[in-house]
Amino acid sequence: MTSIGTGYDLSNSVFSPDGRNFQVEYAQKAVENGPTTIGLRCKDGIILACEKLITSKLLVPGSNKRISTIDRHIGIATSGLVPDGKHFTNRAREEAISWRRNFKDSVPVASLADRMGSYAQAYTLYSSVRPFGITAILGGADDDGPALYMIEPSGMYWGYFGAATGKGRQAAKSEIEKLNPTELTLLQGVKEAARIIYVAHDDNKDKEFEIEMTWVTKDSKSATAAATGGKGMVWNGWVHEDVPKELLEEASKEAKKALEEDDEDEGETKEEKMDEDL
Amino acid sequence: MHRTGLSLGIHQLEHTQPSSRLNHHHHHHSTTTASTNYLHTLSSSHLSQHHQDLQIESITMNQFPHGWGRPRDDVYGAYDNSYLNESQPITHTQRPIVTGTSVLGVKFKDGVIIAADNIASYGSLARYDNVERLLQVGTHTVVGAGGDISDMQYLHLLLDNLLIKEQYPADDHQLYAPQVHTYISRVLYQRRNKFDPLWNSILTAGADPKTSEPFLSYVDLKGTTYSAPALATGYGAHLAIPILRRHVADEEAVSNLTQEDAQKLVEECMKVLWYRDARSGVKYSWAIITKDGVTTGSKEIENQSWKFAEMIKGYGAQNI
Repeated sequence: MTSIGTGYDLSNSVFSPDGRNFQVEYAQKAVENGPTTIGLRCKDGIILACEKLITSKLLVPGSNKRISTIDRHIGIATSGLVPDGKHFTNRAREEAISWRRNFKDSVPVASLADRMGSYAQAYTLYSSVRPFGITAILGGADDDGPALYMIEPSGMYWGYFGAATGKGRQAAKSEIEKLNPTELTLLQGVKEAARIIYVAHDDNKDKEFEIEMTWVTKDSKSATAAATGGKGMVWNGWVHEDVPKELLEEASKEAKKALEEDDEDEGETKEEKMDEDL
Repeated sequence: MHRTGLSLGIHQLEHTQPSSRLNHHHHHHSTTTASTNYLHTLSSSHLSQHHQDLQIESITMNQFPHGWGRPRDDVYGAYDNSYLNESQPITHTQRPIVTGTSVLGVKFKDGVIIAADNIASYGSLARYDNVERLLQVGTHTVVGAGGDISDMQYLHLLLDNLLIKEQYPADDHQLYAPQVHTYISRVLYQRRNKFDPLWNSILTAGADPKTSEPFLSYVDLKGTTYSAPALATGYGAHLAIPILRRHVADEEAVSNLTQEDAQKLVEECMKVLWYRDARSGVKYSWAIITKDGVTTGSKEIENQSWKFAEMIKGYGAQNI
């Protein structure tokens, strides 16, 4: 931390002589310890998944959600400081509602990502505020099909086929890179996402965790008019909803099994090697 | 001597005033604003030359900063605010513009049926003939609106946003007809208290998904609500309700009314309205809500007979 003591890290509105905004970099540090969160852009939808460490046995399973619905067709997953994530989510919801009021249409994902990028960036400009201690993965679908964006504390946002953030992002990214996003279907994506969360978790395997997973799909089996809006309401046909429970459980089970088999294989190869050494 | 009026300040000046100049006005006018300012506008030489002629009423300073640097009331008169006033009082909606006519609703033993035609009138002109005035809200509710069409569309936007916000907690909770009705009634009542009402009369129909208990309730632009086994808005309140009440007078009658009979009843009333209400249309939408959800459809008035027209003098071409 070369920045400490130089005085250039005390305020947002001050650059260091070599052109860095340390407050933003510290905010990124807050995310690096957050829960592993990924987004996959499949050919027929979006998957958002989050590894949720169980910090207390007193917590109700499935509580403290990190993935939220922004509008019928868009979801958001945040990693980092929880309250920052809530505020960011609320803002995204307001933007989506405001778009509806103005245009009587569902907000395109790219437009929402742009607005939320600008919003995050505004919090890097003034000494009276601090940047968001979160990275947000925004997934949804519109007339142009599925779209996935990741917004960072600096306000930078890019579109992705696969995005990962939080503690296990390096492992998750290298796993995502092995996938073929143009061929990947949602059903395959659910399994891959569960597997990736398990792989990325490997390093701190002693802690209990649950997987939170949602998708954006065009043919939901479970979404009722309560979620999609009745006939005559503004809706583009895509729904952001929880991945069906049975499907998620099956995917988690398979992921766990695959990982255990990998471990066994590794164990075997080690033994073989030892034999050779002898 | 009198140049000190500027340089030495007010107190000094007061002391140098010859008592003769403190005329009786001084005692009547306790306000000192004007005279002080007046003194400041005079050069010291002027003061010494003309002081004998000056009518100085009083010479304490205006203690209210608001008055500093402003035109003096005693010279220019009181400030004229009138241009700021609206020439007329503020007015809000005085009447509906493009309107829909009646909505009918009838409870039957397993649910509710609701119907509204597809005409939007501009005065007496049937301006649009394809307007949907029934809106499904969630899984087990339909809202039918009569009155101003644009206010109805605004209400649809509010209901759409309400449904979206209901999804935020992701707790599988959802809104049913009683909640939707109450929400609409609160909106309408709030707007009437702003003297800017949403110019509608609205029926909310629904059924409980567990008990299949039917729900039907009315709310109008004043926020008045009531409930009955059969309801109608607009012209239908005059023409259809007497017919409907013959069949469903009370809740007991509701529990004996089948869906088929309810449908026939509504068809009959829509036909009467088509004959008698000059703002009605021949095509209408209907929705049936039971515990299984919402079924919707569209229908045209069948088996029309205009024979009676021959009997009416002045109606159409006829020889007297």
